[in-house]
Amino acid sequence: MSILTSPATIHVGREHYRVLALRRIALLLLLAAALFASVCVDMALGPANYTIGEVLSALFQADQVSDQLRVVVWDIRMPIALMAVTVGASLSVAGAQMQTILANPLASPFTLGISAAASFGAALALVAGMAILPIAVNYMVPINAFAMAMAAALFIHFASTLRGVTVETIVLLGIALVFTFNALLALLQYLASEQALAAVVFWTMGSLTKATWPKVWITAAVLVATIPLFARQAWALTALRLGEDKAASFGVNVRSLRLRTMLTVSLLAAIPVSFVGTIGFVGLVGPHMARMLVGEDQRFFLPASVLCGALLLSVTSVVSKTILPGAILPIGVITALVGVPFFFVLIFGSRRRAW
Amino acid sequence: MVALALQDVGAAYGKRPIVSGITTELLQGGSLTALIGPNAAGKSTLFKRIAGLLSGPGTVHLTNATSGKDAIRYMPQDTGGNAVLTVYESVLLAAKQGSGWRVSDQELAGIDEILAALDIKALAFRELGELSGGQRQLVAIAQALVRKPEVLLMDEPTSALDLYRQIEVLAFMQRRARSAGMAVLIALHDLNHALRYCDHTIVVADGRMQASGPTAEVITPQMLREIYRVEARVERCSRGRPVLIVDSTAA
Repeated sequence: MSILTSPATIHVGREHYRVLALRRIALLLLLAAALFASVCVDMALGPANYTIGEVLSALFQADQVSDQLRVVVWDIRMPIALMAVTVGASLSVAGAQMQTILANPLASPFTLGISAAASFGAALALVAGMAILPIAVNYMVPINAFAMAMAAALFIHFASTLRGVTVETIVLLGIALVFTFNALLALLQYLASEQALAAVVFWTMGSLTKATWPKVWITAAVLVATIPLFARQAWALTALRLGEDKAASFGVNVRSLRLRTMLTVSLLAAIPVSFVGTIGFVGLVGPHMARMLVGEDQRFFLPASVLCGALLLSVTSVVSKTILPGAILPIGVITALVGVPFFFVLIFGSRRRAW
Repeated sequence: MVALALQDVGAAYGKRPIVSGITTELLQGGSLTALIGPNAAGKSTLFKRIAGLLSGPGTVHLTNATSGKDAIRYMPQDTGGNAVLTVYESVLLAAKQGSGWRVSDQELAGIDEILAALDIKALAFRELGELSGGQRQLVAIAQALVRKPEVLLMDEPTSALDLYRQIEVLAFMQRRARSAGMAVLIALHDLNHALRYCDHTIVVADGRMQASGPTAEVITPQMLREIYRVEARVERCSRGRPVLIVDSTAA
């Protein structure tokens, strides 16, 4: 072997790695700055347009701006803008970890049937007035959506505990769930009154206009509570991407890690979907963007997934307000339209092999 | 120095036993042991059982190990996985399992040292997906060594390597085992490699141990006929090294 390597040249890798890590931290900071800018623009746009300066004044010098500006920014636009951030981040992290533990680039809350289950739950409330959990009838739609989303996620979770069930089986089960719930949803839509049908269609398109401060807090709380669970397992989760055998040989308890992650991810995906409806694209593509930007070391990949998902949905929120003046288009419709061109640029512009 | 011995060790997937009744002499640190046998003999299963990744009957005796059950490390045959990671990160990942986020200069120096020793520094910042099968195998060896095993179980580590690299890796492992006092078990198909580099050889077929002992005593025409179904001889080359010559398949 190379016995000629001198001590002076042996640590070149170390220096190179430090530079690589710094570059990734810089990228994360850049994403965070872009997210802040996007949120500010999101809050500036609306029926009454404000300048970014006015929004910043309302944010940081609230007592020095007019009551109207303060109320519009803090009470009307901020919940929606922050809902975009928390929902985008939650769905993206959920997608990232689903892709990690299932070793499948197509895994996301949408493709595993969690969103479809939520839609069916919501439609049950909107069409049949049927509450799955007989609590808080005023919140029947999100509670139904949440209950069905969790049921689908737990079904996937328990299926994955069965002996002999592989990650490929899980993905196929998820796809079967998508078809099942879509069929049930179509059946409900067929039977629905015109008014209920409109409500179901609107719900399934996904919309941030349903955002309120309590919903923002709940989504943010779940996100803040789950991220440290993933962060603590950062090395182990990254190792999973080298293959099951390799991770096990590194001392990772693959089965236990996969089950715990699936359970956490279920909660992370079910909450936002039940509040804002079906927003499919972000949970699939947010993680891919993060992966292309910083690779799959979870110490960078996890925060990058949070930021990419949040940024993607926040930018979408801005676009949804600007396409048709005076109208806010449903965000679920716009997400893919905004995300796909950006995604194409990353795919074709990057030399990095992403899956 | 660490020493490993197996006593009546077996392993099963579900209720289906794959290996059983494996007993070996004491395999000392500093030595290389070949694990040989036909395809599907149970070699990988036995390695996983020794590493504690599978449960089963029998006892794996480990003496003088300083790092407890972490002393034994398994290097799987599968070098797959399509993670978007550089070689350097993938080796760092192996070193950092179970520890915090912060990476010390000393830890990075350890990675530089392993990559230099395996002569793959040029690959350090290439992505895993860009590597050839042989390059991936060298990275897998780096990932295994960076964890500083006292007993290393290598599952066909040279199967994708060219001839030069095969010789280089086995000679390197021999030196490394001697200098670090590490016991290395290597699953091999090339019996000439076993003859040249391995002090001991264990033969497994149909999930049962067929022979175990010094390599020269284990690799015999009779064993090759019974286990591998070939007519073969072990002769000395002009430099005095034992060489396996296969004449034909056995009748």
